[in-house]
Amino acid sequence: MNVLLGLAGSDESVTALRHTIERTEQADDDLTVAVVEKSETDRTQEEMYRQAEKLLAEAGLDARIERLEGDPGSSLVDYAEQGEFDQLVIGGGTQSPMGKIQLGSVTEFVLLNAPTTVKLVR
Amino acid sequence: MVERVYPDDRSGPFPCPPTTAEDQSGRQIEIRPADGIEGNILDDTVEMYTEFDPTDRAQGIPPTGEERIRNWLETIAENSVNVVTYHGENVVGHAVLVPDTDDPSAIDEPGDVEWELAIFVLQDYQRAGIGTMLLNHLLGYASDRGIEHVWLTVERWNTPAIALYERVGFEPTGTENFEQEMGIRLE
Repeated sequence: MNVLLGLAGSDESVTALRHTIERTEQADDDLTVAVVEKSETDRTQEEMYRQAEKLLAEAGLDARIERLEGDPGSSLVDYAEQGEFDQLVIGGGTQSPMGKIQLGSVTEFVLLNAPTTVKLVR
Repeated sequence: MVERVYPDDRSGPFPCPPTTAEDQSGRQIEIRPADGIEGNILDDTVEMYTEFDPTDRAQGIPPTGEERIRNWLETIAENSVNVVTYHGENVVGHAVLVPDTDDPSAIDEPGDVEWELAIFVLQDYQRAGIGTMLLNHLLGYASDRGIEHVWLTVERWNTPAIALYERVGFEPTGTENFEQEMGIRLE
């Protein structure tokens, strides 16, 4: 399967990265990683890019890593549309103090607009 | 520190528990306050949630199964502000405020923190005005304790709930994804 993983700078993105690396090894998938530009996250685009590079190298995976400019949801969906991907993976879903699951605006945009199946890693 | 956008106008006054009222089906409903949530009230509330129909869950809560329910309630209990409604021996509704802070034990002034609200009413007791009773008394109890900023999220398609929140003074905070965020400023 040809998989595209979208990463912002959140902890949920790091979880999605680790999960996807594991899954890629098990399923022998083809993986492309796209790091979006998102303000107000724990990691900058550059930091996220470096972390993806490092974890992929440690796993011995030969995956292409891209930096996407512009609105995070829209740039990711655009990129997914231009490739031949079977699945788009993103991390998302935080918990409120009450324990309610909350999905952010990028997650909502991707779920509603992506041309492919979307996997939401929680 | 207050991060969300709240209405300029303050809402209130709201009634304070404890009290007893008749619901729209003529049942005597007792409204009790509970700081934290422990002992008998915890047990009775766990029992209510084990009977709660999971089709009415919102954003993953309440969880299902007695153990997960008890864990969830115990996790949010610390420094929470609760109002429960009893019909006879049974809890049939629960409204709760949980402080939005990493360290609930370090709250000096309740007014400095934003509080997240949730309400659940057992299915057989819905559409009888119990949600409104719970909401009003929880806000009265909160206001009495110096709480000023209360927020919640509600699924966007849940128009009856949104209408209920608007009637008491909640307004959208501007954050709107799958769920609508709303806030109220108390007297």
